[in-house]
Amino acid sequence: MKGIMNTLFGKKNRSRTISFSLVILVYIVIEILMHAIRMPRLFTSLLVPVCCYIIVALALNLVVGFSGELSLGHAGFMAIGAFTAVAVSGLSASAVPNGMLRLFLSVVAGCIVSGLFGLLISVPVLKLSGDYLAIVTLAFGQIIKSLINNMFLGFDKNGLHFSFVTNEVSLENGKMLLSGPMGATDTAKISNFTTGIILILITLFIIYSLINSKYGRTIMAARDNRIAAESIGVDISRTKTLAFVISAALAGMAGALYALNYSTLQPSKFDFNTSILILVYVVFGGLGNINGTIISTTLLYVLPEMLRSLQDYRMLIYAVVLIVVMQLTNSSRIRRFADRITDLFRKKGEE
Amino acid sequence: MKKLLVVLLSILCVLSLAGCSNGGGNDGGNSGDDAPAADETVYVKLGGSGPLSGDAKVYGEAVRNAAQIAVDEINASDSHIKFEFNMADDEADGEKAVSAYSTLFDWGMQVSLFTVTSGSGAAVASYYDEDGIFAITPSGSATALVYTDEKNFPSNFQMCFTDPNQGVAAADYIAQGFADKAIAVIYKNDDVYSAGVYEKFNAEAAEKGLNLVYTGSFTNDSSTDFSTQLTAAKDAGADLVFLPIYYQPASIILKQAKDMDYAPTFFGVDGMDGILTLEGFDKSLAEGLYLITPFASDADDELTKNFVASYESRFGETPNQFAADAYDCVYAIHQALENIGYKAGYATNGLNEDLAKQFTTMTFNGLTGQNMTWAENGEVSKAPKAVIIENSVYVSVDQ
Amino acid sequence: MTFLTYLISGLALGSVYAIIALGYTMVYGIAKMLNFAHGDIIMVGGYAAFFAFNKFGLSPVVSILASILVCTLLGVIIERLAYKPLRQASSLSVLITAIGVSYFLQNGSQLIFGSDTKIFPAMLMEGSLKLFDGRLMISYLTLFTIFTCVVIMTVLTLFINKTKIGKAMRACAEDKGAAQLMGINVDTTISITFAIGSGLAAVAAILLCSTYPSLSPTLGSMPGIKAFTAAVFGGIGSIPGALLGGLLLGIIENLTKAYISTQLSDAIVFTVLIIVLLIKPTGLLGKKENVKV
Repeated sequence: MKGIMNTLFGKKNRSRTISFSLVILVYIVIEILMHAIRMPRLFTSLLVPVCCYIIVALALNLVVGFSGELSLGHAGFMAIGAFTAVAVSGLSASAVPNGMLRLFLSVVAGCIVSGLFGLLISVPVLKLSGDYLAIVTLAFGQIIKSLINNMFLGFDKNGLHFSFVTNEVSLENGKMLLSGPMGATDTAKISNFTTGIILILITLFIIYSLINSKYGRTIMAARDNRIAAESIGVDISRTKTLAFVISAALAGMAGALYALNYSTLQPSKFDFNTSILILVYVVFGGLGNINGTIISTTLLYVLPEMLRSLQDYRMLIYAVVLIVVMQLTNSSRIRRFADRITDLFRKKGEE
Repeated sequence: MKKLLVVLLSILCVLSLAGCSNGGGNDGGNSGDDAPAADETVYVKLGGSGPLSGDAKVYGEAVRNAAQIAVDEINASDSHIKFEFNMADDEADGEKAVSAYSTLFDWGMQVSLFTVTSGSGAAVASYYDEDGIFAITPSGSATALVYTDEKNFPSNFQMCFTDPNQGVAAADYIAQGFADKAIAVIYKNDDVYSAGVYEKFNAEAAEKGLNLVYTGSFTNDSSTDFSTQLTAAKDAGADLVFLPIYYQPASIILKQAKDMDYAPTFFGVDGMDGILTLEGFDKSLAEGLYLITPFASDADDELTKNFVASYESRFGETPNQFAADAYDCVYAIHQALENIGYKAGYATNGLNEDLAKQFTTMTFNGLTGQNMTWAENGEVSKAPKAVIIENSVYVSVDQ
Repeated sequence: MTFLTYLISGLALGSVYAIIALGYTMVYGIAKMLNFAHGDIIMVGGYAAFFAFNKFGLSPVVSILASILVCTLLGVIIERLAYKPLRQASSLSVLITAIGVSYFLQNGSQLIFGSDTKIFPAMLMEGSLKLFDGRLMISYLTLFTIFTCVVIMTVLTLFINKTKIGKAMRACAEDKGAAQLMGINVDTTISITFAIGSGLAAVAAILLCSTYPSLSPTLGSMPGIKAFTAAVFGGIGSIPGALLGGLLLGIIENLTKAYISTQLSDAIVFTVLIIVLLIKPTGLLGKKENVKV
C-alpha cells in the first residue's frame, strides 16, 4: 500500500499524478455536463482547439522549459502536421470511411512528418544557441509558411497531381487537397474532444517518461550547467536532438488534430504570431511546469472569448493582462505574500 | 507552484471583472426583450462577424458601421420588422470565426451578415448551413462561402462579386479595351482574395490571348517595398499593370512607380476602391487609374448621397465598397423578410429556406447596383462597372 | 544597368532595416533583452511626425524633433513601468512583457488613430539623382537614409567608446553586478539606453515612412521582425553588424525577388539566413563568447 502511495504521491511523481488526474477529471466533468444539459455552443466549440494548444504548449515547454532553448517557430511544426493530416485524411477518405480510424492515421502521419522536419532543424539546434537559435527557428517557421502557401496538390482517378508556385493542377472530377494561399478547403471535420483528451494524455505520458528518464536528467543537467555536464561526460547533443524531435512531433500531432477540426485552413494561420502565442502560454504557466502550462493555456485561450463584451477594448485588455501578470508574478512583495499563504497551509497540515 | 498561484489569482480577477461587465452591458439594442413594443413590431436578431482587431480591422469596422446605419434607419422607419444587431470580432481568422459564430449562435442569431473576410467565411460556411441560418456576406468573395466542389450551401449568399467573376471580368475588359498592351500583374500571394482573382484572371487572359509579360507578387511580410516588381515590369516592357489587391499597398505602388518615371496604365478591381479617401493621399497619383467597382462614393443618386452623408457625419470617414455592400445586405435581408411576410411567431425552422427562395426570385436595388438578382448557388448577378479616375472622381467608362 | 537598379532599391530597403536594427541591437547589447515593442515605438513615431506635420502644421525639422521627443518619452515610460520591475526576472518574462507592450501599443493606436492607412507626407525630400541619361535613378531619400545610418553608427560607436556614459553602458553589458560595485548606476544607464534606442526609433520611423509612405497601427511589426533578423544576422549587440546585416538583408531580399521568384522570396531569404548562421554561428560580426567555468 505504501509502495503504491509512494509511486503516486511521492515527491518525484506527485506532479505526474496531478496532471493525469486533472485531465481525466476535467474530461469526465465536461462529458457529464454535455450529456446532462445543453451547453452553450461557444463552450463546445472551444474544446478541441484548447486541446490542440495544450499539446503544442506542452511540446514547446519541453524545448524552452527543459532544454532551455528558445524556439520561435513551433507554429511551423504545427503547420507541417496540419497539412500532412489534411492530405492523408483527404486521400484516404474513400479507403477508410471510419472517421475515428482516419483521424488516427492522419494524426500519426502528421506526427511522423513533423518529427522528421524536427530532425532536420535539430542540425542547427546543435550548432547554435540562445538568440541565434531563436532566429533560426523563426526563419524555419517563415519558410514553412511560405512553401505551403505555394503548394497545389490535388487528386483524381489518375492519381496525385502536384504543382508549385503556379496552379497547374487540373483535375477530372477530383478534389484539391491544398490550393496555395487558400490552403485546405472542404476538409471533413473528424476531430473530437475525446481524441483531444487522449492525445493530451499521450503527450503527458511521453513528456513525463522523458524527463524522468536518464535522458531527461541529462537534458536538465545540460540546461542548468552545460560545461559541468559536459565535463562529466554527458552527451548533450544526443539528448538535445531527442528533446527537439519529440517536441516537433508532438507539435505536428497538435497541428493534425487542429486541422481536422475545421473545414478550411489557410497556411497564413501558422505565422509568427501563432508561435509567439504558444510561447506566451508556456511562459505564463511557468518554464518546465507541466500543470502550469495546461492551466495557463486554457485560461489564456478562453480569456479573449470572455472579453468579447468589451468589444474594441478586448485586445487592449488582453495586452494589459499580459503585462500585469508578468509584473505580479515577478514582484518580490507578491511573492512573499504567496509564500506566507503557503506557509500557513503547510503549518496547518503539520498540526 | 507559488508563481502559478499568483497567475491563477490574477487571471481569475480579470475574468470576474469581465464577467461583471458582461452582465451590465449588452451588445445590440436589446429593446426587443425588455420594452414591450407595439403588437405587430417584431425584432429579428441579425448577427455577423469580421475583423474588429488586428491588421484587417479597417474592413470589419466599415461593415459594422454601415450595417449599424442601415439597422438604425430601418428601426426608425415605420416598418414592423426591426433588427437587433450584433457584430462579433473574428480577427479575420478561421478559428476565431468559429468562436465568433458560436457566440452569435448562443445569442440566438436568426439571420446573418456572415463574415467580412473570405478566410473566416469559408471556415463557418458549413456551420450556417448545418444550423439553418440564412447568411449573406457583404465582402467575402471566395466561392467557398457559398458552394464547394462537393456541395452547395443553399442559404448562403453573397452581395459582392466572387473572385473568379472579377478575375474573368477584368481579363475580358482588358481584352476588349487594351488587347494590344503588354500586361504585368502584381498580386498578394498569401491573400485568398488577391490570389483568387489573379488565378482566374491568368486563366482567362491565356484564353483571350492577352500578352502577359510579367507576374510578380508580394506577401504580408514584404508589403512595404514594390520597387523590384515595378522595375521588372518596366524592364519587361509592360504598359498595363493589373493590380488585384487592396488600395493600401496599391497606394505605395503608384507612388513608387511615379518616383521611377514609370507610367503604365494601372488597372484594379473592387479592392482598389477607397484609394481616393486615404488620408494624405496625393490624388494626382491615381489619375487615369481604372478599376472595376460596384460602388462609387461620389455617385449623385439620392441613395448614395444620403448614405455617404450619414456615414461621414457619424464616423468621420468616407465609406468604401465594404461599407456599401454591408448597407445593401441589411436592406436586402429586410426586403426579403417583408416579402415572405415575416411576423411575430413566424416559424424559425425553415426561415432560411424561405429567405433563400425569396433571394433567388426577388430583385434588389441598392447602393452597389440596380436590379440585382441571385443565382441558386448564392452568387450575385450585378453588372461590374469599370470606372476611370479623372480629376479625382470616378468616371464610368462604357465600351 | 537593371542589376544596378535592383541593387540600389535593395540598398534603400536595407538601409531602413539597418536603422531599425541599430535600435534593436543597442538595447539588446546593454539590457540583454529582445525589445519586441521596438517596431511599435517606430509606429508611434510615425504617427507623431504625421500629426505634428499635417495637423499642427509644424515645420519638418520641428515635426522630426517632436517625434523624437515623443518616442524617447514613450521609451523611458515603458522601461520604467514595464521592464524595470523585471530586472531580476528571467529573460523570457521580459520577452512576454515586451510582447504585451507591443499588443498594447498596436491596439491602443487603432483606438486612437483609427485603423485605416494614412499616407505619410513627403516632409524630407523628393526627387532622385539621375545617372547615365536617366537609365539609373537613385532617390535622394535613399542616399540620405544610408548617410544617416552611417552617421548614427559612427556617433553611437564614438559615444559608447569615448564618453563616460558609454563606458558605463559597456560595463553594464559586460557584468551588471561588477558595474554596480564600481559605482555605476545600472538603472539609470539602462534607462539612458532605452531613451537613445527609442529616439533612434523615431528617426527610423521618419525614414521608413518617407520611403514607404503608408502609416497604419500595425506598420511596425513586420519591419521590426525583419530588423531583428538583420540584427542577429550581423551579430546581435554589434553596432557595425546591425548596419551590415540590414543592408545585406535588403539586398538579398530584392535580388531574390528580381532574379529568382517573388512568390518564394520570403523562403529563400530565410534559407540564406539559416545557412549563414550555420557557417558563422554568432552572425557576421558577432563576437564568440567564451564561457568561463
